[in-house]
Amino acid sequence: MGNILQVENLSVTYGTHTGEIQAVRDVSFTIEEGAVTAIVGESGCGKSVTSKSIMGLIQKPGMVAGESKILFRGENILAYTKKQWDSYRGQKCSMIFQDALTALNPTMNIGRQVTEKIMAHEKISRQKAWQEGIRMLKLVGIPNAPMRMKQYPHEFSGGMRQRVMIAIALTLNPQLLIADEPTTALDVTVQADILDMMKGIQQEHGMTVILITHDLGIVADCARHIIVMYAGKVVETGSAEDIFYRPAHPYTKALLSAVPRLDLEQGHLETIEGAPPNMANPPKGCPFADRCPRRLPVCGKEFPQNTRLSESHQVCCWLQRGSE
Amino acid sequence: MSHFIGKRLVQMAVVFVFVSMFAFSIIYFSPGDPLYLYTSPSVSVYKMTDEQLEDMRESLGLTGNAAQRYLNWAGKMLHGDWGLSVSNHQPVKKQIMDKLPNTIGLMGAALLLSVILAIPLGLLAGSYKNKWVDNIISGISYLGISLPAFWFGIMLIIVFSLKLGWFPSSGMRTIGVNSAADVVRHGVLPVIVLSVNNTAVFVRYIRSNTIEQREEEYVMTAISKGVPKIQVMYRHVLKNCLLPIITMVGMNFGTLITGSFIVESVFGWPGLGTLCMDAINSRDYTMIMGITMLACIVLLIGNFLADILYGFADPRIKRGEEKENG
Repeated sequence: MGNILQVENLSVTYGTHTGEIQAVRDVSFTIEEGAVTAIVGESGCGKSVTSKSIMGLIQKPGMVAGESKILFRGENILAYTKKQWDSYRGQKCSMIFQDALTALNPTMNIGRQVTEKIMAHEKISRQKAWQEGIRMLKLVGIPNAPMRMKQYPHEFSGGMRQRVMIAIALTLNPQLLIADEPTTALDVTVQADILDMMKGIQQEHGMTVILITHDLGIVADCARHIIVMYAGKVVETGSAEDIFYRPAHPYTKALLSAVPRLDLEQGHLETIEGAPPNMANPPKGCPFADRCPRRLPVCGKEFPQNTRLSESHQVCCWLQRGSE
Repeated sequence: MSHFIGKRLVQMAVVFVFVSMFAFSIIYFSPGDPLYLYTSPSVSVYKMTDEQLEDMRESLGLTGNAAQRYLNWAGKMLHGDWGLSVSNHQPVKKQIMDKLPNTIGLMGAALLLSVILAIPLGLLAGSYKNKWVDNIISGISYLGISLPAFWFGIMLIIVFSLKLGWFPSSGMRTIGVNSAADVVRHGVLPVIVLSVNNTAVFVRYIRSNTIEQREEEYVMTAISKGVPKIQVMYRHVLKNCLLPIITMVGMNFGTLITGSFIVESVFGWPGLGTLCMDAINSRDYTMIMGITMLACIVLLIGNFLADILYGFADPRIKRGEEKENG
């Protein structure tokens, strides 16, 4: 299948008192339609900011650079008017937030929060929207849906609340779903249930999903493509097999070796030494150079160009350029 | 809910008793003697004998030690007898009730005006944080907080009464005229002075609330659903911004009675403030106690109502009670 989304030269900066934080720097990637693509990376690597840009949710002091382009089915959404944004958000592209407790309005009942979305996009009576809301809650596995519609977020357990969040996101059947750490705030067992449920719905509807996470275990389970981000840059992209079996970037390798595994007797857990660079003043060269075990003299001077290793696999690393 | 109300009522009764004891002891220990008014040659033309003085002391309930006097007063109070004024021998309750509507009318109008003005101004300032709209509104509200009421009142009288002649400078009615419009005309200036401070405080409060609520994540969720921003503002942000206002207004209920002392003096408004000032000046114990207790009751009721209303407005609170009830 083709690409539903194409991100070209996306840069996002945040003006703060201490200087301009370059959260996302000149990032380009594509998202295949009907598949799950995971964006992985540690906290502050720009994955959430990237996803918010796709939803048009960057708010001051954040700024998307003028030369950035995000093409949704060939249309540059960054050039959208307010009205176009409102009809795009929710209907074509939808988002699941990390913490449903803060992402739902505490003083509005669930029913209104679900139907609000339907009524923003479709000319439909309140009763019909309410019925649709009940159907959505049932779809995500919330028992007793008609009664639950009248309840408030604090009356739900964490897992149920996240299901509500997902139900809202899935309402109106959006073509692109962005899930920003959808299960990070939940218990592991609840996590598994919710991921299974999401996977089922994704496969049934052939929905395109961008999964933002730092949990490689989840990625291995669900994703067809993986985008690895570090310090506001995409450092490696590839299919799940590429990334898990043939990682090319030292950062990806380090990340993989830091995943705890029960099948190997490791004794101790690998970690990555050091900390990511200060994004107010990012290094000129490869941002991982300071922590990289295989650093070359050129790494600190210039950011490496993209190297295409295979049809699906690309990496930005001087080591790979050398082998070309 | 009934459990909650019952608990609050008991709490209120306890607070009420403590306030009455405290108020009573302050007056008891303060210097001066109401009988001075009757004996001082400069005030009174009568010269009383010691016997007459003792009789009078007794009739005013001023004999015995503090505890006896307190219990005596409290017992009568509970039976609805607020006593006679020490200075003019008229029933305290009647005098207070005569003046009460004047003060409540004045303060109620001021509180209402504050809320009506503060809500849009606060929301506007909060929505345009650090823009020129906000700078103007915030600047004026700082001014409003720091304006001394007596000075501002006098300034208004000079400009609008003396120079422009738009409004009367004092009193509540023009003698010989008996119309609501006349009372309103008299009330305009004092209401403005009274509401300035409250409005300013409310505006600051609503502004900071708005700023806080706008940064909440649920706002982001609502926008991501494709709801236009203006609808997000009034459907989501507005309610959550205004919830705490219920508490603020409830706490301000007490000022319905007491907040007008200075303003009533400046404008010669015949309300409780004036009554109380006179009572303090003449050591009119029964009157001071009566007004203090009334203010206390109104304050307690205000807070109580605010709590109940808040329970209805905020779903998170109702749930807590259901849990309590099992």
